[in-house]
Amino acid sequence: MHRFILALTILAGMFGQPAGAQWRQFRGSDNRSVSHETGLPGRFDAETGENIAWKAPLPGRGASGPIVVGDRVIVTASEGVRQDRLHVLCFDAATGNRLWHRQLWATGSTVSHPFGAVAAPTPASDGELVFAFFGSNDLACFDLDGNLKWFRGLTYESPLTRNDVGMASSPLVVVDVVVVQMEAQGAPFAAGIDRKTGETTWRIDRTQGSMWTSPTLLPGETPDQDLVLLQGRDALTAHDPRTGAVVWAFSVPCHSTSSVTADQGRVYLQADGLNALRPDRAAGEAELLWHELKLGSGAPSAVVHEERVYVLRSVGIVCADARDGAILWQLRMKGPFWATPVLADGRLYCVNHGGLVQVVELGEKGRIVADCMLEEGILGSPAVAPGALYFRSNANLWKISSVDSP
Amino acid sequence: MKVIRLTYLLVLWFLAGASHAADLAESIEAVRGVGPHGQGHVEAAAAWGRLARADAAELTTLLGAMDGANPLAANWMRTAVDAVAERAVRQGEALPLEELERFVLDRSHAARARRLAYEMLVSHDPEAEQRLIPGMVDDPSLELRRDAVAKVIEEAQAAQKDEDRQRAVAAYRRALPAARDQDQIRLVSEQLRKLGEEVELQRLMGFIAQWKLIGPFDNTDQRGFDAEYPPERELDFGATYDGKHGKVEWIEHTTTDDYGKVDLNEVIVEEKEVVAYGAAEFHSDREQTVEFRITSYNAVRLWVNGRPVIERNVYHSGSQLDQYVGEAVLQKGRNLILVKVCQNAQTQDWARHWSFQLRVCDEVGNPVYSDKPAK
Repeated sequence: MHRFILALTILAGMFGQPAGAQWRQFRGSDNRSVSHETGLPGRFDAETGENIAWKAPLPGRGASGPIVVGDRVIVTASEGVRQDRLHVLCFDAATGNRLWHRQLWATGSTVSHPFGAVAAPTPASDGELVFAFFGSNDLACFDLDGNLKWFRGLTYESPLTRNDVGMASSPLVVVDVVVVQMEAQGAPFAAGIDRKTGETTWRIDRTQGSMWTSPTLLPGETPDQDLVLLQGRDALTAHDPRTGAVVWAFSVPCHSTSSVTADQGRVYLQADGLNALRPDRAAGEAELLWHELKLGSGAPSAVVHEERVYVLRSVGIVCADARDGAILWQLRMKGPFWATPVLADGRLYCVNHGGLVQVVELGEKGRIVADCMLEEGILGSPAVAPGALYFRSNANLWKISSVDSP
Repeated sequence: MKVIRLTYLLVLWFLAGASHAADLAESIEAVRGVGPHGQGHVEAAAAWGRLARADAAELTTLLGAMDGANPLAANWMRTAVDAVAERAVRQGEALPLEELERFVLDRSHAARARRLAYEMLVSHDPEAEQRLIPGMVDDPSLELRRDAVAKVIEEAQAAQKDEDRQRAVAAYRRALPAARDQDQIRLVSEQLRKLGEEVELQRLMGFIAQWKLIGPFDNTDQRGFDAEYPPERELDFGATYDGKHGKVEWIEHTTTDDYGKVDLNEVIVEEKEVVAYGAAEFHSDREQTVEFRITSYNAVRLWVNGRPVIERNVYHSGSQLDQYVGEAVLQKGRNLILVKVCQNAQTQDWARHWSFQLRVCDEVGNPVYSDKPAK
């Protein structure tokens, strides 16, 4: 029996864990902020050390979230009086030991609002390669051992593409490309970058105007039909990830910071309140199913799970029926929130900028079951992996796990 | 027989060494060959692997390869240096500390490479900080210089604590012309003024203070950015032109702001959808390449002697000192600088700004002055 378990363990190691068990990009591998992990701690405390497995110091600062690829946790940071020193760090998920650390010098503008950071986009991975993107529009690809595979300076190539408030859009890995969106007043564009070579597969001009939202995966019935959603000042557009071609569009001035969420073939878009859309590929458009002003939010993206939509507002959370937008319950919370919450193990983990993680137990009514203090300066969304949550503040990367968890 | 064998081994060793050196040089060449749009990635990725396996003893060769490299190639080299140093530390391999120190002290090397060498050195030899940094207040590496200025500031603060005004002033006076970062410049100038000292901050930073201004011209629907109004065709400071609401003429304006800010809301008019021009003469004692560093919340264009240097059609999307930098050649004698500043229709409080700041510097941020006062 032990030999059988050992064989299974080896096989699992050879073929890697299923994508769902990892957290490979902004809002998780399937881009929905939902994890199927169980056995996660319902409470933790930085001061007492309760359920704090480890914390690792980080250089500079960062608004990016961590990602988890196999047994590795990867996070980015930016440092220096000009924020032009870019860091990519990889940690052993089990011990918190730093496995490798690479630095880059920004080749694009690092002028940005002091509240944020040039390390604002969350990195992404296809399971073998890591794509670290920064607000300077520098995109670096490393393998999981820190070997550089390619490096692009997208503003170096297109100097007018910059936003002096800062840029924050996270990359999305889909099919064979890394999709990046640089929405600004000057020379905005989106591109699909070949994940193996770093060459441009496609590039499309975008409407002028600043946006900080991220490309979002709209899963098709088969992976071949997967699309990429891009929010713009005048429309939400769905693109073929192989060519960048627009497959359908929905004209509306989209929210500039809260990214769209896709679930069960529906699309939930912040645009002067929350809009639920049903895409119609054949018609090249999307049908508006419902619109609810009271579900409007700030920066955090909506989380949708089992026909419930959760919207984190500045003063609390609102839960609505995903089918018609009817509000089911609301809960007052302590903000302000920048990070999108994650849903896991029947709970919603909501972290505010002050570093307070409010754990909401989900059910007929939401209930705050724990106030867990980490530390100030959390802007990035947490990652969820087997038995653990990972948070990053400006100063530290935290692993939250109960001692008995695997 | 022994002699022959020894000679044979020496030849082999020499050839292996030469071959290794050639291999390293070839790999460096491949990495330095990367360019925009993924150019040279395939060759560089293979070469990067070879560089990352280099001996720690070769670190300064890798660092030296950053000299003159384009910013993309410099990053490829930098990550290879990271990998070599990281492996060396992990395996207990000695870093070439003496060579690293020589590299740091050689100002002909790339500034960022020198800083990287310094950080590797200090991580193994913490005393190097005290040994090297105090001599770096005028260093071309802005990071090394910042650390050196910070030490002088500490010295001044200690003197202030001891109520030794003379020593504090002397230290702050040393720090001020050396500082290149705004936070340090602000701190030092504030402290000097608190100590009763005069500070000519504007001049120290190379801001242009004396301007001829004209406006408003029309910028309805932001069409003014591309519109060619008369000042773009001729610089006749005695002329009058048709402006947005009637005739406009050039006015003299000297800003007294520490950071050279020209507030067009105050000097021209506070209005939306308008354009104004600022012109200045700049006399250079020789032909020289300089940096024009402009700061503005508004859409701006900058010409030097009629040639475009900076164009940014962006409104109220953040601002920071030295926001846009453009390189231009000053001719010997009189040069004409023309700035166009466009305000749009936004009505938010934070969109009130209609202003600009311009300074002339070398690439390290040393001020470049007009050699006689502008008329």
